[in-house]
Parts: sequence; C-alpha cells; structure tokens
Amino acid sequence: MRISKWLVPSLYILFLMLPIYWLVSMSFKTTNEILRGFSLFPQEFTLENYAKIFSDPTWYWGYLNSLAYVSMNTVLSVAVALPAAYAFSRYRFLGDKHLFFWLLTNRMAPAAVFALPFLQLYSSIGLFDTYLAVALAHTLFNVPLAVWILEGFMSGVPKELDETAYVDGHSFPSFFFKIFLPTIAAGIGVANFFCFMFSWVELLLAKTLTSVAAKPIAAVMTRTSSTSGYELGLLAAAGSLTIIPGAIVIWFVRNYIAKGFALGRV
Amino acid sequence: MNKTVNQKAWFLVLPVIILVAFNAIIPLMTVVNYSLQETFGDNTFFWSGVRWYEDILHSPRFWASLGRQLFFTFTILFIEVPLGVAIALTMPKKGPWVSVCLVLMSLPLLIPWNVVGAMWNIFALPDIGLLGNWLNAVGFDFNFTRQTGDAWFTLITMDVWHWTSLVVLLAYAGLVSIPDAYYQAALIDGASKWKIFRFIQLPKMKRVLTIAILLRFMDSFNIYTEPKVLTGGGPGNATTLLSIDLDKIALGQFDLGPAGAMSLIYFLIILLTSWIFYTLMMRNEEQ
Amino acid sequence: MAKITLNDLRHSYMADPKVPADYALKKLDVEWRDGGAYALLGPSGCGKTTLLNIISGLLIPSHGQVLFGDRDVTKLPTDERNIAQVFQFPVVYDTMSVYDNLAFPLRNRGVSEDQVDKRVRIIAEMTDLTGMLKQRASGLSADGKQKISLGRGLVREDVNVIMFDEPLTVIDPHLKWLLRSKLKELHQRLGTTMIYVTHDQTEALTFADQVVVMKDGEVVQIGTPVELFEKPRHTFVGHFIGSPGMNIMPCNVKGGEVAVGGTAISVDNASALSGKSGAFELGVRPEFTTFAKSGLPVQISKVTDTGRSRIVDARHDGRSIKLLVEEGQLIPDGSAFLAFDKAHAQVYADGWLVE
Repeated sequence: MRISKWLVPSLYILFLMLPIYWLVSMSFKTTNEILRGFSLFPQEFTLENYAKIFSDPTWYWGYLNSLAYVSMNTVLSVAVALPAAYAFSRYRFLGDKHLFFWLLTNRMAPAAVFALPFLQLYSSIGLFDTYLAVALAHTLFNVPLAVWILEGFMSGVPKELDETAYVDGHSFPSFFFKIFLPTIAAGIGVANFFCFMFSWVELLLAKTLTSVAAKPIAAVMTRTSSTSGYELGLLAAAGSLTIIPGAIVIWFVRNYIAKGFALGRV
Repeated sequence: MNKTVNQKAWFLVLPVIILVAFNAIIPLMTVVNYSLQETFGDNTFFWSGVRWYEDILHSPRFWASLGRQLFFTFTILFIEVPLGVAIALTMPKKGPWVSVCLVLMSLPLLIPWNVVGAMWNIFALPDIGLLGNWLNAVGFDFNFTRQTGDAWFTLITMDVWHWTSLVVLLAYAGLVSIPDAYYQAALIDGASKWKIFRFIQLPKMKRVLTIAILLRFMDSFNIYTEPKVLTGGGPGNATTLLSIDLDKIALGQFDLGPAGAMSLIYFLIILLTSWIFYTLMMRNEEQ
Repeated sequence: MAKITLNDLRHSYMADPKVPADYALKKLDVEWRDGGAYALLGPSGCGKTTLLNIISGLLIPSHGQVLFGDRDVTKLPTDERNIAQVFQFPVVYDTMSVYDNLAFPLRNRGVSEDQVDKRVRIIAEMTDLTGMLKQRASGLSADGKQKISLGRGLVREDVNVIMFDEPLTVIDPHLKWLLRSKLKELHQRLGTTMIYVTHDQTEALTFADQVVVMKDGEVVQIGTPVELFEKPRHTFVGHFIGSPGMNIMPCNVKGGEVAVGGTAISVDNASALSGKSGAFELGVRPEFTTFAKSGLPVQISKVTDTGRSRIVDARHDGRSIKLLVEEGQLIPDGSAFLAFDKAHAQVYADGWLVE
C-alpha cells in the first residue's frame, strides 16, 4: 500500500525527466557526435556549446532580455490584478459576472493572426522592440489569470477581517497593504508564479514585438536553427539554460505554492 | 460571502480593464476589419462583406483543420484531466517531499514552448533520439517525420508531457484545501475509498477542475509553437492544427482576409463552448 | 450503548516524551456511565480535542486503554467502534440530498432500503428536517447542516456514543440556543451517551449532567454544574466557571486561622487546614461577596452595569475583588468593607482545594 502510493508520482516524475535529461546530455555533446549516431551518455563530453553562449552577447542578451520583460510583466500583472480581484471578491456591481468571464475570453483567440495587428499597434505608439511592449502585451493573458487566482484566495478570507480593521481605525490603503496582503501572501506567490511561467514561455508575441534590443532568447534560438543549419548541440545548450530561471523561480516560491494550495481556493 | 453592492468597485477594476482592453480590442478590431475586406497584397483594401466567412464555411480545408483540431483537443483532454487528477490523488499532502514533488512536476511548464517542441523533436528522432531509438530497437517501425500515426503519437505524448502537470497542480490545490474533518466523517460513516472520491474529493475539486479544463481546452485549441517546431504540421498536413493552418494562410499566403475570418470563427467556437461549460459548472456555486 | 472507561490514559504526540510538558494528555482515569450527557470543558489547548479523537478512534493513545463496556477498543479503527461525531463546522455531502445524506451511513453498511427509509424518516422528524428531505444538502443554512451531521450520527441504531466537537462554533448566536435545546431534547429522548467538547461554559453547564474540566492535559475536576459552581476543587475551575469568575486572593494561614492582609476571614474548610502548607489562596465567588459594616477594607474602583445586576470592582492591596450587587441596592462611595459567606469561602493550597 505504501509502495504503490509512491510508485505513481515517481513514475510520472521519471517520465517528465526523461526528455529533459536527453536535452541536457545533448548539450554536452558536439553536433557531430549527435548526428553520428545514438549514444545514451556523451562520448566526447564538451563544454563548447555553453562556452559559445556565455561568450556571445547575442546569446546571453537573449536571456537577459527575456528575464527583463518577464519580470516587468509579472510585477505589472499582479499589481493591477490585486485591486480588481478585491473588487470581485468583496463587491457586487453592474456587470461583474460578465466582466469576470470576459477577462477569461482573452485567452481564447488564436495568436497567429493577431501577431500583425499587435505589431502595428505597438509600433504606432513607438514601443516596438522594447521590454515594455512585450510586458504590456503579455498582460492580455496574464492579468485575467492573476485576477482569477487572486480572487479565489481572497474569497477564502472572511469579510470580518476587513470590518475589524476599519473599526480599528485603518483607512482602506492601510488595511489593504498592512493587513490584507500579508494574509493572502501565499496567493500572491501563486499568482506571481503563474504569470512568470506564462510570460516566460510565450514565443509568438515576444518575437513579433521585438527585433534587436529586446530580443528574447527564444527568438535567438530560432534564428540559429534557420541560418546555419541545425546546430543541435548549441540549441540543446541554449534550451537547457532556459529551464534554469524557471527552476529558480519555482524553488523560491515552493513554500508559497505548497502553503498557498492549503489555504486558498485556487 | 455576503458581497455588498458597490458601483464604486469599478474604479478598482479599471486598471485591469484598460490594460486588457487595450491589448484585446484594438487588435481584435483590426482582425475583424481584415476579415471583411479583400486585399491583393499591395495595401489596398476592398470591402467584401461576409464573403470570406462563406468561403471558409464551405472550404474543405477549413473543415479538415477543424476536424484535426477537435480530435487533438478532445484526446488530450481525455488523457490529461483524469491522469492529472489521479496523480494529484497519490501525491503526499504534508511533509518534506511535497516541495520536491511540486518543483519537479512544474519543470515542464516552465520551458519555453519552442524549446519544448525542439526537445521532443530531438527526443523522438528515429535514429539519434532517445525515444525514437528505443522504439525502433524494440521493434516498432517508428518515424514521426514520415508516418502520420507516429507523428500524432509524438504530438499527443508531447502535449501530455508538457501540460498534465498544470492539471496536477490545480487538482492538488483543490484536494489539499479539503479539511480533515471530511475524511474523518467519511470514516465514521463507513464510506469506501471510491465513495470518498465521488462524494467528497471530486465535488470539492469542481472549481479547480473547471479552471483546469477551461485552460486546457482554450490553450490546446490555439496551440501553435510546439507542434510547429515538432512536426511543422507534417507529414504533409497530417498534424496541421488550426493555428498552424492559419499561419500558413495569413503569413505564408498573406491572405489576411480569410485568415482573419477563420480566426474569428475559431474564436467564436471557443467562446461559445467555454461559456456553456462555464455556466454549467458555475451554476451551483452561488451560495 | 455502553459505559465508557478511560484507564490510565496518556498521550504524547512526540516519539520520545520525557517531561510532563511533552504530554498532550497527562494521566486520566475517567468512567462515564451509559446514557449520560457529559461535557469536556476547558480552554484551547487543554487536550480536549486530543481526548475526543482518542475516544472516536482517530488517534491511538501512546499509553493506556479505552473501554466501551468491557471491550478494549483502544486500537480499534473508527468504523468498528460504533461512534458518531459532529464536527466544529458542518460536514455534509454537498452533492447529495438531505435524505441521501442521512441514509449514507446505513447504505454503506448494507442496510435494506425499507429499513433505511424508516430510520431516515424517524431521524428527520426528530431533527426537524422532514420538510427538507428532498433538498440539496449544500443549500441549507449552517444550523441546518449541523442538524444533518447530527442526524447522520443518530441514524445508526448501534451507536455507542455521540461526540460533539464544539458544534455551535459556526452557528449564528440567536440560533445557538435553539440547537442546544434540541440536543438536550434528543438526549432525553434517545438516552444515547453524549460527550460534548467545548470551551464555552454556558454550553457545557446547560447541556451536561456531568462536566469534566480540563487544563493542560489534566482533568481538574469532574462534577455536576452545581458542584463546579459551589465547590470548585481547583482555582482554575473557580476562575473559569462563572461570569465573572471566582475571586482569588493570597492569604495567610496560622494555627487554623485564615487572614487576608491582616483581616481575619472565616472559611468553610478551616478544619482541614492544620498541618498543610503551600501557597495559600482564598477563593470566594462574587455571588457570595457582600458589603458589610466590617471586614476586608477595600476601595471601590469601578461599577459595571450588566442589566440584571451590577458588577463592582473593588481593590484591596492592589488586587481586584469583584462582587455582584442587585438592582436597587446601595453601593458605598470610595471605601467600604467586604464580607464573605462562610459556607462558600474556601482556602486553596497551590491551586487545589484543601480538604
């Protein structure tokens, strides 16, 4: 009974790790070795792929650019979502349920065709090829998600807390920042995580709205694969490195996530 | 919770509305505009009314893409949702392993989509990829770049690998929030494990499962990058899902009109389905 | 139905307990006769929930025995103990109707449908749920849901004991009284042993025939509500029960004579005092403290009007002594003297009643 309980999560995690292992092991091989044939472990272990990435500005700026706009987006999305989620959680107002659903509809359109209009829009306000452009564009799908998540957590906090605070003499801002936010800290952690995640992984809009200055790592990778043929080793190294920021983020919020899930109603 | 009526709440929601509407409405209007016009690629536009819509609804290509898309979406929903719930049920609720499990399971979600596609491409290559090599070694004739069945297999496995964890995380969140007293009461009432699942766990997970199903439905319907990088839509157009098809039409052929109309049709399909599903699920939530 | 015996019961949540503080429950020997209404009263953290879970089988004690009748059930799993429990917040099966909720424990045990129907209807009538049987359980108010929880416990005929873990916590104040009366009525009607855990003395004292007062994992006193009120055997009981609680002040004992700060006081247990030592305290309830022409000198500090009477806060030697004064009686201004009813004045040594 004990063992079978562990079996399922373990097998699942094994399944998840397998392609990742393959990617990482490939990053330590030369492209020649990869194309030559199949080998489970790198026969000729090499760090040249990573060396290339760390020494070439085009490569490492790709990572920094991505991190920049993702951080901006996360902060922005959660910041505007907080008051809105509070409103949905505590108040009834004209059109509130429809508004809530409308937010979700913004994830429903296929992105491909919208790439061009987005490009035109952001160019027209002079934001083409900036971090701000991608950060703003990503709020389209991240803000609704943040609102949904935060509203769920906020609804778990009874209104009596608010009322007690007002009776104690707090103004709304004072109550909100000193009392309410700490109570839903776990929910904020969860929302931050999901915003980071969806912004970090999104490729189409990020590529469309940038060209040189704010070029995300994903764009750098696709450029490589098309111009000089498939440099598989290099691609694998670049890909492996993209996993790291995500792993770090989730390591830091792991306690929030575990705790947040216990507290909130996501 | 007893919510008070307060129209001033609109001020709290205003930043969100402005931000989202800015990104949603203007591009949407542009696309609607395209869908009602015709262009010959030289930036002159002619009004064509609903012509594109009619064309599309009569086009075999559209129905083929839609068919493939529906098959894809429903297949992954049928796999990912039960699988995700099952895994969440077996995860530890407390203790030191919880964090480790959550972190490891979340990794696939944090990989940029083009890397996911590339990773699975390399992984499944017939001779030099880990999966491809092993499948061929045990006797399957596996080649996803040439054979339709293999391409679909790889595509679906990739998506399951990529997104099941989202369902797991959300289902786990729902499960963990069930107070112990419910399990204790069930013990006292003599309920079997199946009854506990059916009458306590599943109902309590309804809200999170709704979010999970909606998210997976919408995202899988619009999936673009991963299959594009994995198979490019091939072999032939065997795995050309709707977004890839749209891409070919819009940017490949620069037929903005039909592309615009198609994307709006798809948008409406998703909107309608989601709305129905959402309303059905949330019907009993008002307490 | 059986009498419940707790034999040398001790529990620690730690693997290797060394000092008394490691134990959530210190030594307990209690016997509850069949069919009684009992309360476990004590502040948060006193061990009452631990004790409840040991009796219901959700927890196995690290030491000692639990007996139902003559049967040792210490290690028996919950579903074999024939107990029922009502929790702090309503536990109902949301997707089922009220009827199905009540029928659930019976159906799980393979009872025939006509039997189930009969029992459900009887219990529904007892708990005033008959009109709502077809409704979805999730649509009821909090007190309705607690009634369903209660009903699920009553519906099985072989229940040894029903336990209540602070069941009125989420009930609206004006409905608490109704539900309390209903519980009392059901107890009288069915005669099942009921154990009611709470930190609210009103709930405990109005429900139970016998109250077990607990503090820090120990049983401090077991007695009827009247006994607890009139003769608390520990200062904690005196202080916890009654509103306001007992007045406790340090005193000196010399040669059988009791004095508080120089004033001699006659007490009920004077004869037991010879030869005893310890930190002596005098305990008298505000109800038995009155103004007099001579006695303990005090300064009147504050008067609070509670409607039915007034609570006077008097100060002696920096200590607060309270007394209850009826409507119409005069309260002296500034300084006064207090007298204590001898029959209800007791001396405690190190917290315990000297006898």
